[in-house]
Amino acid sequence: MTTTTDYERNMILSSQEYNVVGTRPIRHDGADKVTGRALYGADFDTAGLLHGKVLRSPHAHANIVSIDTSAAEALPGVMAVVTFADFPQVSDGTVDFGEEITTVHDLQSNILARHKVLYKGHAVAAVAATNAHIAEEAVKLIDVEYETLPSVMTVQDAMVDGAPILHESMRTNELGATVDDKPSNVAQHFQHVKGDIDAGFGEADVIVEREFNTVTVHQGYIEPHAASAFWNTDGRLHIWCSTQGAFPARDATAEVLRLPVSQVRVTPMEIGGGFGGKIPVYLEPVAAMLSKKSGRAVKLVMSRADVFEASGPTCGSNMKVKIGAKHDGTITAMQSYLAFEAGAYAGSPVGAGAQCVFAAYDVENAVIDGYDVVVNKPKTAAYRAPGAPNAAFACEQAVDELAIKLGMDPIDLRLKNASVEGTRRPDGTVFPRIGCVEVLEAMKNHPHYSAPLGENQGRGVAIGYWFNVGFESAVNIAVNADGTITLVEGSTDIGGSRASIAMQAAEVLGIPAESVRPSVVDTDSVGFTAVTGGSRTTYATGWAAYDAAMDVKQKMIERAATIWDVDVDSIEMENGVLQSASDPELNMSFSDLAAQMGGTGGPIVGTASRNAGGMGVGGGSFAGNIVDVEVDPATGKTEVARFTVVQDAGKAIHPSYVEGQMQGGSVQGIGWALNEEYYMTDDGTMANSTLLDYRMPTSLDLPMIDTVIVEVPSDHPFGVRGVGEANIVPPTPAIANAIHSATNIRMERLPMSPVAIMEETWKQS
Amino acid sequence: MHWIDFTSPHSVREAVELLNDANGSARVLAGGTDLLVQLRGGRFDDVNLVVDGKNIPELNEITYDPEGGLTLGAAVPCYRIYGNAAISRAYPGLIDSASLIGGTQIQGRASFGGNLCNSTPSGDSIPAMIAHSAVANIEGPDGHRHVAVEDFCTGPGSNVLGRGEMLVSISFPAPTSGFGANYMRFIPRNEMDIAVAGAGTSVVLDGDTIKSARVALAAVAPTPLYVSAIGDAIAGKPANDDTLAEAGQMAKDAATPITDMRGTIEYRKHLCDVLTRRSLQIAIDRAKENA
Repeated sequence: MTTTTDYERNMILSSQEYNVVGTRPIRHDGADKVTGRALYGADFDTAGLLHGKVLRSPHAHANIVSIDTSAAEALPGVMAVVTFADFPQVSDGTVDFGEEITTVHDLQSNILARHKVLYKGHAVAAVAATNAHIAEEAVKLIDVEYETLPSVMTVQDAMVDGAPILHESMRTNELGATVDDKPSNVAQHFQHVKGDIDAGFGEADVIVEREFNTVTVHQGYIEPHAASAFWNTDGRLHIWCSTQGAFPARDATAEVLRLPVSQVRVTPMEIGGGFGGKIPVYLEPVAAMLSKKSGRAVKLVMSRADVFEASGPTCGSNMKVKIGAKHDGTITAMQSYLAFEAGAYAGSPVGAGAQCVFAAYDVENAVIDGYDVVVNKPKTAAYRAPGAPNAAFACEQAVDELAIKLGMDPIDLRLKNASVEGTRRPDGTVFPRIGCVEVLEAMKNHPHYSAPLGENQGRGVAIGYWFNVGFESAVNIAVNADGTITLVEGSTDIGGSRASIAMQAAEVLGIPAESVRPSVVDTDSVGFTAVTGGSRTTYATGWAAYDAAMDVKQKMIERAATIWDVDVDSIEMENGVLQSASDPELNMSFSDLAAQMGGTGGPIVGTASRNAGGMGVGGGSFAGNIVDVEVDPATGKTEVARFTVVQDAGKAIHPSYVEGQMQGGSVQGIGWALNEEYYMTDDGTMANSTLLDYRMPTSLDLPMIDTVIVEVPSDHPFGVRGVGEANIVPPTPAIANAIHSATNIRMERLPMSPVAIMEETWKQS
Repeated sequence: MHWIDFTSPHSVREAVELLNDANGSARVLAGGTDLLVQLRGGRFDDVNLVVDGKNIPELNEITYDPEGGLTLGAAVPCYRIYGNAAISRAYPGLIDSASLIGGTQIQGRASFGGNLCNSTPSGDSIPAMIAHSAVANIEGPDGHRHVAVEDFCTGPGSNVLGRGEMLVSISFPAPTSGFGANYMRFIPRNEMDIAVAGAGTSVVLDGDTIKSARVALAAVAPTPLYVSAIGDAIAGKPANDDTLAEAGQMAKDAATPITDMRGTIEYRKHLCDVLTRRSLQIAIDRAKENA
């Protein structure tokens, strides 16, 4: 049975004290969301709106011989039908979504198949009609002739000679060059090398080596993708969609349609979850083309099956890990082979997986080989720390096994080899200040780590890493006469970022969080802002808000200097009060000055933009888990009995939302560990494309997730580290290690479902 | 577009006429937790009439007396079953099923009658009904007939109902002293899932001896599977681990499951053993309390 533990708010705080930062105000968008007034993607409506439906491939791999849309076009109520033939030839360039880059060609042919379908669910055509039922009827009237081809579903099968080839033009980029002019499903093989791997294993007293496999899993956001478009007669296109980035959605749509970005305006609706999966565009350009042909606004909404079969899940993988250590626990060599599924087009998260796999370890000798492999499944998209959970499932189980062989405490082994400031990862990056050691120490000191275990229970630990992405953000602030400010930003709010961004501006200006009115606006209304992803938003957009508030602060000081007729340098503004150094009588509050703005020079506005850098700015975040499981020996069913997550937040701006991220990532990790999987039939169909059978955990499957926030500050003005992703990295190996502790079975595959655990049990006996 | 008519008759006779006239292109609506999902999913392209059963008195009544037993109208939802204290005491296996089907909202609509007529091998109420020796009361153009619940389903999604016939109610005999029952299913999660396998069991004890027993299995055959041989084999034997092991092995042997996304053949057969033993143990414990 699940035992719930008391929930302890547990923070290891930085010493710096703030007025607003670190408090827990009610979120600014809270009332709309709890009362159901917030408008999400599918809520969009306008006069004359048409409803669209996408026709999808029933085959995992087939050539499109012909498409006949005439019967659909003839159906009364049908206003437009589109296929790839309606789309322009695109450039040879790439689209940079922030967390992933894809070629425009691949993006466009993923949106509507061009000559070939590469997975079941691949969009082939679309219809807009006066209602959804007619649209549904109409797509059935589209006659597509297919020539089916053999399909390939796993990296192992895709990499063998003679495997069915997805892209005749694909050649393997082998360590930076094309060495074999032969079609291949391997888009890329890269290698990171540090030190001398043979010498490293030569020094080792103990070596562990294992192979692991994981399968495709989905982010499982509750809101399906939805996009509406209106292509006006003046040539301007307006899109309303559920997206993690209005600007990347605008740019991608413009590329696919060959429009200048200024001709496209994207209004982001509220978003019901994304986790990386709502970074790419799927429906937006199709809705746009349907609107262009019909002259009406068109809405497209995915069904749940569409979401599973035709959005971007994360990859299945085949991985090998080998680790050597001396008797004293010094790790001398680490080697990994990572082959990740990209789905139908190149671009798996293997690159990030390779950067993260050994990130927690300061090891002298390492080799990491990465393979990006296409298979007949939907193109993968980012999913919370993309690639890192797969890699950690392999690495952290090998480290656990090493600790057992060495007779060492698994946290002590990790502490002995932990990455610190100055550690150079095998991929070449040198860490700035990081909190790996602090997270491990907090785990070791937690009462959970020494609590007694019951019958059939086991305990596991693991640590994981994810970057803090920087990229561009812009923020505008205007002061209101009543002493409040409006804050305009371009970061769509998935996890409480309106609050965490507003709080940073409030802190600078010495006003309460409630005195900030944050708005997420469309792409015509603020400067370019990259995706809400990569754990970047509170860090980068928060930093822009900090800068914009500093701009306002400076202007308020200047205004006060004008009013008082004193030198600007003699005025200080602290805790929301302007004070002249020369005359103690001269002081006024933020509100006092705000009330006088109009007559003393006009409105006060502040603005800031920032490119906060690329991947891994600020050092990124480490997260660790202590997990207790109870495994039923008769059925193989695993209950998570107790779960503690420790994560370095740098500085928790709004601790409740940091804890929410930590708990959310943990829950997704638990689902990934125990039951979630794309159950594929032999013909390439996902058999379980419903939430009933995909089996994400419900609240009844989970204990309270205890959180410990560690604060090791980054380079951000308040020390923020993005916390959105690292927390999904350690759960799968921590649970695997706990299952091993309970059963003595080493699970080399995901999910660790009851049937999988019983099969391994039967193998042992 | 595919149009579907909806009608809400007020008597069994009226409903039977409608069904008979529709000749297979009608479906009876009870709670709709299966039917509406199936219609929306395009499973019944041949259906053009939905006959609502909620205004037919016989389909919505619960009658119980300790001597004569229980009759559940075919559209009575789960919450009315577990919300009835007398039924809870007398029919523990039914309560197990009624309280684990779906979630609270589903239990407000879903009925045992609907579950039986949907006739899936994994129907969670059916093994419990079989364990409780239930009889289906059917009304049709030629009058009424009674079919033991274990004989009702004939394959995945098919059953004995002929043209114009409808399930009106399900009757359960009054349990004797020393009676205990249970339904248990296995799912990978803790709620909101379809059984990988399930076992409904009942026993009548005489002291520590099993006088009689009934075991039925879910999701391991083309229909809910009543394994009468188990009752024959363990009647007269002591209620102990050896007897339960024998029952479990027989359940495993009787099961003919398939491999699909919910489980493999080997795993499902293994679960039949585990669940039969565990379920019988609970039924025995309850029987002892009822002695």
